[in-house]
Amino acid sequence: MNGALVVWAKECVESLRDRRVLLNALVLGPLLTPVLFLVLMHLIVGRELEKAEKPLPVVVIGQKIAPNFVEALQQQGMQTLPEVPDPEAAVREQRVDLALRIPPRFADDWREGRPAQVELIYDSSRQDVRSEVERIDAMIETFSTRTRSLRLLARGIAPSVATPVVVAGRDQATPQARGALLLGMLPYFLILTALIGGMWLAIDATAGERERQSLEPLLINPVGRGAVLLGKMLATAVFSMASLVLGLLAFVVVGSLLPADELGLGLSIGPHFVLVAVAVMTPLVLLIAITQIWVASFARSFREAQTYLGLAQLVPLIPSVLMMVVPMRLKLWMAAVPLFGQQVTILRLLRGETVSDQAIVIGVSVTLASAALIFWLTLRLFRSERLAISG
Amino acid sequence: MIEAHDLWKAFGATQAVAGVSFAAQDGEITGLLGPNGAGKTTTLRMLYTLMRPDRGRIRVDGFDAASAPIEVRRRIGVLPDSRGLYKRLTARENVEYFARLHGMNPQQARDRCSELLCALQMQTLADRRTEGFSQGERVKTAIARALVHNPRNVILDEPSNGLDVMANRGLRDVLRGLRAEGRCVLMSTHIMQEVIALCDRIVIIAYGRVVADGTPEALRAHSPERNLEDAFMKIIGAAALEGGV
Repeated sequence: MNGALVVWAKECVESLRDRRVLLNALVLGPLLTPVLFLVLMHLIVGRELEKAEKPLPVVVIGQKIAPNFVEALQQQGMQTLPEVPDPEAAVREQRVDLALRIPPRFADDWREGRPAQVELIYDSSRQDVRSEVERIDAMIETFSTRTRSLRLLARGIAPSVATPVVVAGRDQATPQARGALLLGMLPYFLILTALIGGMWLAIDATAGERERQSLEPLLINPVGRGAVLLGKMLATAVFSMASLVLGLLAFVVVGSLLPADELGLGLSIGPHFVLVAVAVMTPLVLLIAITQIWVASFARSFREAQTYLGLAQLVPLIPSVLMMVVPMRLKLWMAAVPLFGQQVTILRLLRGETVSDQAIVIGVSVTLASAALIFWLTLRLFRSERLAISG
Repeated sequence: MIEAHDLWKAFGATQAVAGVSFAAQDGEITGLLGPNGAGKTTTLRMLYTLMRPDRGRIRVDGFDAASAPIEVRRRIGVLPDSRGLYKRLTARENVEYFARLHGMNPQQARDRCSELLCALQMQTLADRRTEGFSQGERVKTAIARALVHNPRNVILDEPSNGLDVMANRGLRDVLRGLRAEGRCVLMSTHIMQEVIALCDRIVIIAYGRVVADGTPEALRAHSPERNLEDAFMKIIGAAALEGGV
């Protein structure tokens, strides 16, 4: 045990003197993703807000045929652009986003009380035009409803007769849950932060030590291989944890900077979230540390180990993508799967839901058991003769 | 005292060591001499318990390497083939790390380290990070690291590799000092002059076997000109004819 502590202390001191480790574990890892996240969210929110308030430019053909109709739309935010000769071609060539054609017979139909047709010319394959089409649709619908009511009243009929069924949506999503939808990637970012935090140390303490030919002298000391491995694992875990805690604090700051009110979101990123997240992530950090050491121990050089662990960073992405692509109902067994369980738990915390103690206990025990298993596998590797031989 | 008895070790189809036996006595420098690839490093690695022999026994000061490896490691100081240092630690920290791994408390480790760095005349180097050390400075640090627990037996794998004349002279003084203190020194080398200058006893290894074992004087007798280099060539040649290759 004393040997493990000596190894642990030396690995920590050595890493604290490595600018590369410090930069990755304590700066890039914890800060990169929250900052990226903040910028991304501002972009999304900014675009949504801009769209809702901005005047909607539409090319209107035949404006003189229905001046009242056009004026009603303009009051709702439509901006009339001058006519173009061939609107269909103009839309196809993307010179024009949206065109509204009022055919000559509109006036007759209107006067006779027949449904008067207008044509909307657009390209539905263009992602950015879709919301504009929805907006102009809604404007026309509003005008249509208002006119219908007026016509019915003029004939002495209550407009409510023309609305046999009305739907009232009662959205049960809490403001937190709506926020969590946008924050679905946050659990992955946190796990990624833990991965980045420990990665350099894990490589340096195994493949790096082998490459620099210092592993052979180390293993000749009268200290068991288990103690050496334990020391290296704990040093990796400490850096990983430091990175994670810094990352969480950065997210707390980011959370307060997000335009949450504009979005109607409530986010539960506070002290309670940080505490429970750290508790849930601690066993996972141990599992990550020992797995990184295990993987890096197979490599003969620093670069080789870097390649392996770089690929390993994609593994925790699987549950996140799975949950986004195939929305699943959260079940208890999910809590038992390492990586998956922690992501589910953090997501629930973000949504402001309570996480059952049972789920936490199951998650922690399965993750710790997995860490113990991989420790045992790594120890077998550490005890093999070929590990120590560098050349 | 280090005793090897009938050591065998194979890597796949390659028989690296095939029945090596010898003894290295206290108060003597024993040289393990042999061409490259003769099995010297593998033999030493088995002696310092990094590898397990397929067959045979090793005893250090009477302790069996197979049944009491930790006890054996306490009794030997090793300058292995790989002598990497931690370049972000100072020379002193490198040595103290090993002292602590040998179970010394921080104070003991500091004291012993200062004493050793002084004895090896490394005071000016002691608090510099080992990054940028010359080859000689690195070997010196690695030797300090090997001697930090004051071992009775010292094993050195090609200690003079890469050293210049000055550094080599310093190394020889250190080894003679160890002998004078009554320690058992076992070193491997392929350099004849080193053997002549230092060794009390020579064990010649070729093709994984001991082909000669004796004092430099006794080995010279194999050559008409009483030249050790000729004697060496003759002994190796005879071993090759016997079916080594």
